[in-house]
Amino acid sequence: MTTTIKQLSIFIENKSGTLIKVLDLFSKAKIQIIASTIADTQDYGIYRVLCSAPCEAFTILKENGINVQLTDVLAIAIENEPGKAAIAINALSEAGVNILYMYSFLWQGRGVLVMRTDKSEKAMEVIAEKDMNLLSENDFKI
Amino acid sequence: MSNIFPNDNCPFFNEKMETMTRAEIETLQLKRLQATVRHCMNSSFYKKRFQEAGIAPEDIKSLDDLKRIPFTTKQDLRDTYPFGMASVPLRECTRLHSSSGTTGTPTVILHTQKDLEEWAAQVARNLWMVGLRPDDVFQNSSGYGMFTGGLGFQYGAERMGMLTVPAAAGNSVRQIKFITDFGTTALHAVPSYVTRLYEVMRSMDIDPRRDTKLKVLAIGAEPHSEEQRRRIEEMMGVKAYNSFGMSEMCGPGVGFECQEQNGLHFWEDYYIVEIVNPETLEPVPDGEIGELVLTSLCREAMPLLRYRTRDLTRVLGRSCPCGRNHVRLDRMRGRSDDMMVLRGVNIFPIQIEKILMTFTELASNYLITLTTDKENDNMTVEVELEELFTDDFHRLQELTKRIQRALKDEILLTPVVKLLPKGTLPVSEGKAVRVVDKRTVYQ
Repeated sequence: MTTTIKQLSIFIENKSGTLIKVLDLFSKAKIQIIASTIADTQDYGIYRVLCSAPCEAFTILKENGINVQLTDVLAIAIENEPGKAAIAINALSEAGVNILYMYSFLWQGRGVLVMRTDKSEKAMEVIAEKDMNLLSENDFKI
Repeated sequence: MSNIFPNDNCPFFNEKMETMTRAEIETLQLKRLQATVRHCMNSSFYKKRFQEAGIAPEDIKSLDDLKRIPFTTKQDLRDTYPFGMASVPLRECTRLHSSSGTTGTPTVILHTQKDLEEWAAQVARNLWMVGLRPDDVFQNSSGYGMFTGGLGFQYGAERMGMLTVPAAAGNSVRQIKFITDFGTTALHAVPSYVTRLYEVMRSMDIDPRRDTKLKVLAIGAEPHSEEQRRRIEEMMGVKAYNSFGMSEMCGPGVGFECQEQNGLHFWEDYYIVEIVNPETLEPVPDGEIGELVLTSLCREAMPLLRYRTRDLTRVLGRSCPCGRNHVRLDRMRGRSDDMMVLRGVNIFPIQIEKILMTFTELASNYLITLTTDKENDNMTVEVELEELFTDDFHRLQELTKRIQRALKDEILLTPVVKLLPKGTLPVSEGKAVRVVDKRTVYQ
């Protein structure tokens, strides 16, 4: 079954001390961060987080006045071998799917490509056709 | 008809008025104040004001009695818009100038023909004072139209016999062509524009010292520091004199530096100068900073009594090696209200706020920071995001650009816009701090 997973997108000021405020909230709620990445401009950054309980984290962050959004992203599992990411991206590219952003990490021995695309439905079709493995939230339960 | 000028070697344009002793100044002021107050009773506004305050023109027996007259404010001008403060019938008026009115109701200042002549005479006096003579070529690179810096300097420069070039603002290459082709010796512009002209000159391989005849600059209409003036003098190879004006009193000409460059002489045959504490409205001692309050003594169409200028300054002295005993005031140190003056443009925070609030993506907290980068004043507007509606950078940057464009349409300057997470900006108890002025001019 193909599906998307929930990622937290957190708007933070590009200034020292702002990330700690967010991480403390995760820590207090005992929510584990599985993967995260920061993209920044001179003024602000977007901190993107995959975690063990995205909906709960969203509520907590929101209650604490943090600018946060739940975003649907795709998590593609690939073999942890050279060239595998290229194959996956190539398939999407040929189908005319553009990647808005992407980051990757290792999860239980496999590589995971997390991405937001401009055509989510189309991307999922391609992934199913090419027999690639799309991870669901259950795959990240700890 | 021809104007009569003094000899070129006379340092004074109007020697009698410029060289009065303090006692002579005060005698003249009392006489003119009494006449002005009587004349003001033709204005429905002042008639009512005096009745409410329980005073009559006859009560003004000494200059000290000025204190009994209530202050006039910008709000009074707005409330009586357009012609409610006139002290003469409209058919006797020949010109009006108006503020842009971006903050709501605009204000109107009326002039009779005599007012315009007196105004020109004040500007002429100033330009003569800094050494300009009928042989000089004066280029006015100031905005014309409703802004008094255009016509004010035009008529004043003509009045003292100079060849006057109404170049108006903008188009630097054309300005520089005028300067070189016409042999311009004196230029009036806002200080930041002089810097701009210099940059363009350099790119055209023109050295102002070598390739132009410039010797005097009149700079004003935007706050600038002593350091900035020195830098302008250094790069252009000229003397730069600080000019003070405000449309409520006429326009430019109210105060001007002499060749000593040690404060602006405010012409006390035309105005009574008071410096008051903006909170208590009590006079402050000489040397102490307070709000400048002006009473016009020669205006016909719309004299203003004890007008609160909101400009902060201090008295430096009442004598000067140049031979003029008219009060010398320090360069303006800021404002007692929240008006910002940026590159010659008057801006109120409420204008920024009004635009920001039209964006539903934004929260209500914002902060305006003014800084000086090299010689240019810059504005940064920081504003908080209400909801993170996207995690796409492009859409956030597109929002920033839309805010910037909307602000530019309102204030005519392009500020730097920074989006911030909600809760980032300081929340002050009581009155919110909306403007932080870090410009070097006030240091």
